[in-house]
Amino acid sequence: MSVLTCKQIEVDFDGFRAVAGVDLSLALGEVHFLIGPNGAGKTTLVDAITGLVKYSGSVVKDGVELRGRKVHHIARAGIGRTFQTAAVFENLTVAQNLDIAAGAGRSAWSLLRRRRHLPEGVVDTMDRIGLAAHADTPAGILAHGQKQWLEIGMLLVGDADVLLLDEPIAGMGPDERETTGRLLHDIAADRAVAVVEHDMDFMRAFASRVTVLHAGAVLASGSVEQVAGDARVQEVYLGTTEKETADAATA
Amino acid sequence: MTRFLQTRTGTWTGFAAAALVLFGLAPLVLSGFRLGLLAQFLCYAIVAVGIGLAWGRGGMLTLGQGVFFGMGAYLMAMHLKMADAAFEGGPGAVPDFMMLAGIREVPAYWAPFASPAFTIAAILVLPTAFAVLLGFAVFKRRVKGAYFAILSQALAGAFAILLIGQQSLGGFNGLSRFRYFFGFTLADPVNQQMLYFIAAAVLLAVVAIALQLRRSRYGELLVAVRDAEERVRFLGYDAANVKVVAYAVAALFASVAGAVFVPIVGIISPASIGIVPSIMFILGVAIGGRASLIGPVVGALAVAWAQTALSEQFPSAWTYAQGLLFIVVIALLPGGIASIAAVAKRSRTQPVTVEAAA
Repeated sequence: MSVLTCKQIEVDFDGFRAVAGVDLSLALGEVHFLIGPNGAGKTTLVDAITGLVKYSGSVVKDGVELRGRKVHHIARAGIGRTFQTAAVFENLTVAQNLDIAAGAGRSAWSLLRRRRHLPEGVVDTMDRIGLAAHADTPAGILAHGQKQWLEIGMLLVGDADVLLLDEPIAGMGPDERETTGRLLHDIAADRAVAVVEHDMDFMRAFASRVTVLHAGAVLASGSVEQVAGDARVQEVYLGTTEKETADAATA
Repeated sequence: MTRFLQTRTGTWTGFAAAALVLFGLAPLVLSGFRLGLLAQFLCYAIVAVGIGLAWGRGGMLTLGQGVFFGMGAYLMAMHLKMADAAFEGGPGAVPDFMMLAGIREVPAYWAPFASPAFTIAAILVLPTAFAVLLGFAVFKRRVKGAYFAILSQALAGAFAILLIGQQSLGGFNGLSRFRYFFGFTLADPVNQQMLYFIAAAVLLAVVAIALQLRRSRYGELLVAVRDAEERVRFLGYDAANVKVVAYAVAALFASVAGAVFVPIVGIISPASIGIVPSIMFILGVAIGGRASLIGPVVGALAVAWAQTALSEQFPSAWTYAQGLLFIVVIALLPGGIASIAAVAKRSRTQPVTVEAAA
């Protein structure tokens, strides 16, 4: 079931069309990978959906048009995102980071008071992202992978049901990738998850659906097998090395 | 030590100790003249607490707090002049400086300041409301960093120039020669001491409010906005609102400080609220340690005291000493006086680890 529907998204940077008419539909329960060569418009598409750059076209979530809304309104509508470089609040602890992420709807009165105990959602999420032991650790001294998990956790406590993750496994080791992949499927159970990624092995292992972007347009969309079998995809992207094409065919 | 102060008992102990020094020790050991000076410095410290909140915690370099300090000061001064005039010449009498300037009737905007209640309300509301409006205009447009600093400083300069042109506000000379403060004779040393106690009480109250704001969820959110404003937006907050609150609270503190300053010092003129005094406010906070609670207070008091002491001994040396102090703190101690303990601790532990490694 589709939660977020994008139609004919176009982003124009002073004459350069970074995104040129993309249709995208994100469904609950799916981990939807957005792949494509550098400059294909993947991150720009995410920027457009989250209100960071202006675009034409339409983004509809739960029947509401989001184009032209402010960044924080779009976030409140349940669309969360992460960034290529983990953006956590380094001077605050893990618990404080999550508590802030959970509290966008808090009243002024509760904001002006001291936090007596952590909300249940925050405690649960710390367990889920494996940071329960680090509740009082400043986020700035976490390992790189832990920061990425914390960022994902910040979206989970905030009740976002559409998660747009920009290269969540960048810089992670094999074990961390595996953990992250399982975490993505775990959280996608009742959410729509879109992942911008370069790593083909990771994509093959964890994608429920793949959309390939090239030069700002959708080249192909479908299951991993469908996309890997698409001749044009092999040509512009997977076909950049022969080995990868062979890998893709056998995957 | 710092850990102890963060507990509930520690907080109360800290406040009790501060109260003991301010209300018990200081009046005992200081002469009337020195106590008056300390009262004046306490006003600077009140401004500093607000700057610590807006700049240290919120990342807004408020280079123009003289505007809000001046608003509070002038509002109070207007009331004192009206009250003096009414005391000597009956209700509706024209304040003395207006007579000299050839103004024969009380201007309409002066009239309400005959009322003490109206004046106090105005001191609390007007500068804060101005800060809220200005804050919305600036922060919604995402003006920040150096641009915000320059804007605030220009505002302080413009405000001082505007006041110089207002004959009905005393122009270049400002407002001075106050005789009564809410019915008390200002010449009486007992009343001067009372003003000192008021300044000390306001400082403690302001520190308590800042402490509560720091420890609240809002305080955490403010730090988050300071460190990664864009990220906060993507979590569904309007970061501009968060900044406006800290900015407005800082403005309120500065306004109250200005209002208390006027009866203590006995004069307010454009010279004490323009660009230079605004930078002085910042200087104290930077030297004390902007991100800590007590740092700005200590810094403001230290700078004001050093200025007085040095100016008494070497009238021209202060400017150089001030510049030197600023450079030393920025270069060697970015966290200010408040970070000395942490820095000392680090330098004490470092050689140990080197030895362990070798």
